[in-house]
Order: sequence, then C-alpha cells, then structure tokens
Amino acid sequence: MTKEAGIIGYGAYIPIYRIKACEIGKIWGNYNGHVPIMEKAVAGIDEDLVTISVEAAKYAIRRAKIDPKEIGAVYIGTESKPYAVKPSGTIVAEAIGATPLVVTADFEFACKAGTEAFQACIDHVLSGRIKYAMAIGADTAQGRPGDQLEYTAASGGAAFIFTKRSNKTLAYCEGAVSFVTDTPDFWRRAHEHYPMHAERFTGEPAYFYHIINSVKTLMENMGLKPSDFKYAVFHQPNTKFPVKVAKKLGFTMDQIKPGLLSPYIGNCYAGSSLVGFAATLDVANPGDRILLASYGSGAGSDAFSFVVQDIILEKRNPIPSVRDMIGVRKYIDYSTYVKFRGKIRA
Amino acid sequence: MSVPRYWREIPSRYRLIGSKCVNCGKTYFPPRRVCRECGSVNLEEVKLSEQGRIITWATVYDPPRGFEKYVPYIVAIVELDDGTRIMTQITDCEPDEIQIGTRVYAVFRKIREEGESGIIYYGYKFKPLK
Repeated sequence: MTKEAGIIGYGAYIPIYRIKACEIGKIWGNYNGHVPIMEKAVAGIDEDLVTISVEAAKYAIRRAKIDPKEIGAVYIGTESKPYAVKPSGTIVAEAIGATPLVVTADFEFACKAGTEAFQACIDHVLSGRIKYAMAIGADTAQGRPGDQLEYTAASGGAAFIFTKRSNKTLAYCEGAVSFVTDTPDFWRRAHEHYPMHAERFTGEPAYFYHIINSVKTLMENMGLKPSDFKYAVFHQPNTKFPVKVAKKLGFTMDQIKPGLLSPYIGNCYAGSSLVGFAATLDVANPGDRILLASYGSGAGSDAFSFVVQDIILEKRNPIPSVRDMIGVRKYIDYSTYVKFRGKIRA
Repeated sequence: MSVPRYWREIPSRYRLIGSKCVNCGKTYFPPRRVCRECGSVNLEEVKLSEQGRIITWATVYDPPRGFEKYVPYIVAIVELDDGTRIMTQITDCEPDEIQIGTRVYAVFRKIREEGESGIIYYGYKFKPLK
C-alpha cells in the first residue's frame, strides 16, 4: 500500500479585474510610489469566495479527468465566507456535481487555511476511506480603506484534488510539517468588516519565525537542503516578505520566481501560496521537487515537499495556466473598486 | 424568488441540467416535463454544453428589483453547442466587447442577493472566450 498522497488535478482562478497600487495610493495621499506591490486582483461585483472556488474546482476536475461523484471530500480554506452560518463547501460541492455522498467543511486559519485543507485531504486519502479529496484555498480579502492592507488584500484561489500516489498523479507529497504558536499578529473580531493587524509585529515574530521553523524542520526531517528543490513557494503578503524569507532560508530568486505572483495579483490570503504553487506546477517538469510553505496569522506555517511526476506534461493543455489568467485583465479605478468590494454602505 | 423555488432549481442553475426528449431528441432549458415538439412525456435529464455563441443581446439600465447594483448588465440569448437556446447574463465584459456570434462559456456567479441578511442566489452566467 502506498504511503504517499498525490495530486491528480489542480486549477486556479484569478478574477479579471485589477487595480494598480498607485491608484489606491493616490486616493490616500501616497504619491511617492512606495507601494508594496504593482497591482492586485479584484473580484467582480458578482464574484465571491464561492464563485472563485467553483471556477478553480472545475479546472481541477477537468485536469484530473475524474467523475466528480467520486470526490468524497470538499474542504475550503478561507476567511471570506459569504455566510457566517452556512457552509460554503456545500454550494461548491453542489455546483461541481459532487453531492450528496461527500464530506464538506470550511477551514479557518487566516492565510494558511488552504494548506490546512491539504493536510486533511492527504490523511483522508491515505486512510483509504476516501478516493478523491479536494482542498481549496481561496479568498476575497478585504483591507480597511486607507490601511496598508488595502494595497495588497486581493481575490483568487486554487483547488487541488488528492488521491493515493499512482502513475495518474501529477505530483506526490513526500513530507509535511505544521508549525503553530499563539501569535496575535492579525485578527478580525466577529461582526467586524475589516481585520486589524499589529503592523511590524507581523514580520519577524510572525511570518518569518513560523515559515523558517516549518521549512527548517521539514528539511531536517527529510534530510534535504535548499538546493535539493527545483522550486519554492512561500506565502506572499507582499513582494518583499517571500523574497526575504527565501534568502534567509538559502533559496534563490530562480527557485521562487515561477510562483511569486504577489506583484501582479496581490495577496489572495488562503489562496496566496496555493495559486503560487499552481503557477509553479504549470512550469515544473517530471522529477522536480517543489517546496510549498504557507503562513497563516494567529499563527502558523505548513511546509510540504512535493515531487512532480511524468504525467504532468499531459495535464497542461487546454486548461489556461495561472500566468495566462494573470495576463487577461481589466483595470478599474478606485470608485469602481469600492463598488465591487461593497465598501459603500447605506 | 422564494428559497424553496431556488433550491428546487439548483441542478439547472448550478450545473446547466436541462431535459431531452427521448422520443424526438429535442433539448430544453429550463427542463420541461412535456416535449413541445412531439408531445412526449418521456424526457430525461441532460447536461448541456457549457459553450456557445450569442444569438442576440440587450443592455439593461432599468433593472428589476434586486439587480440594481449590477447595472448596466447584459442579457443575452445564447445558443449552446448542443443547439439548446438559453437566456443568460453576460459577465466580465462591456456592451462594446460583444456582438452577435461572439463565443461565450459558462461561469458560476452570484445572480443576486436578498439584501445583507437574506439568501445569496448563485447560478450560471456566460462570459466571452478570450
């Protein structure tokens, strides 16, 4: 019996709307061009977490070439649930045709909720109870008007279908580590529209401490070093943090470049590292080893080591790549952005 | 729309499930119980194509209640690749980006919401193929 779980299909979805960071800066008196990213993806007025998840899931199913009725679990990691009480997973499972014999749940752990879903799916398929399990990380992140987060809080997500490793899986997971502490760097209280954060405290004791420890522990457990990985994907709250944490851990720009998307789409929270992972799978070749390290405020980091398999080359076309989706875009101004994101309240 | 009616229509609204006459092969959306062509009651569920082309369209500036925040929006009749014709909104595009014959594909979107506290109605819309 195989002891490894593999990915049989994946899909990402990025909304077509973009707002330039300098357009946001212009509104709030930041004319000096010091903005954390170039532009971010914005959900359209008829999009939300559920619609983004469904689009990503449909691409994943097309790539997996499986009957959605065989999917036994649909887990969504997010902090943008459209309902406070009513699962998003049931809507997604119904839309992709996986109901009714399916377990669904919405996972919450800030930006690492998507990789929390990974952990559950991997264990489900390895237990043998479920043949295919889908993990989705997606968000329509909100930043308080005028706050630093408003420059980066973006929309997007990715879906991955896990099953036991075989010659039909496009990559398999050879190891995973979770590193979690109670670190209050970012939060949103019940009934509040926007999150609060501890400004620079979100850096060293939060993002860097947790990612560095999860990745170092993973590499120690597996006897691996940074040069053993062809690619690495880190959570991307801005452009600076993933580049800096890669350097601290000994990874190069060439290793992180394919999955470094925050300059172009912003931080889609629970979808951030997963969309980067999908973009990396888009260009990876059989035998490549990929490090995936999420970060979720509150706080924790999940680190995974995946090895790409031969069939990935057959699973690319005709599904658009993440970079293709990023290339299809429409720019909106700040007034359209506040309408789309529901920031005008009567 | 009542919540029970929305719930009943989920298969067609979420997954484009129509009906097909086993006798003459005619497909319908929304699903019908009696074939309009041959009168047969022997119809079966069928998954319709998710791609098609615009037959005709109009831009809505004066919407029915519940659609105000989406104005202006495009409503079209799309002929799916399996021949079924369907009334739908066209999303992610402006009126000057489409014309009769434009290729479109199905996407899953919010259709409308019952205010801040009510149900959210999801379903299909179409968008141009790029």
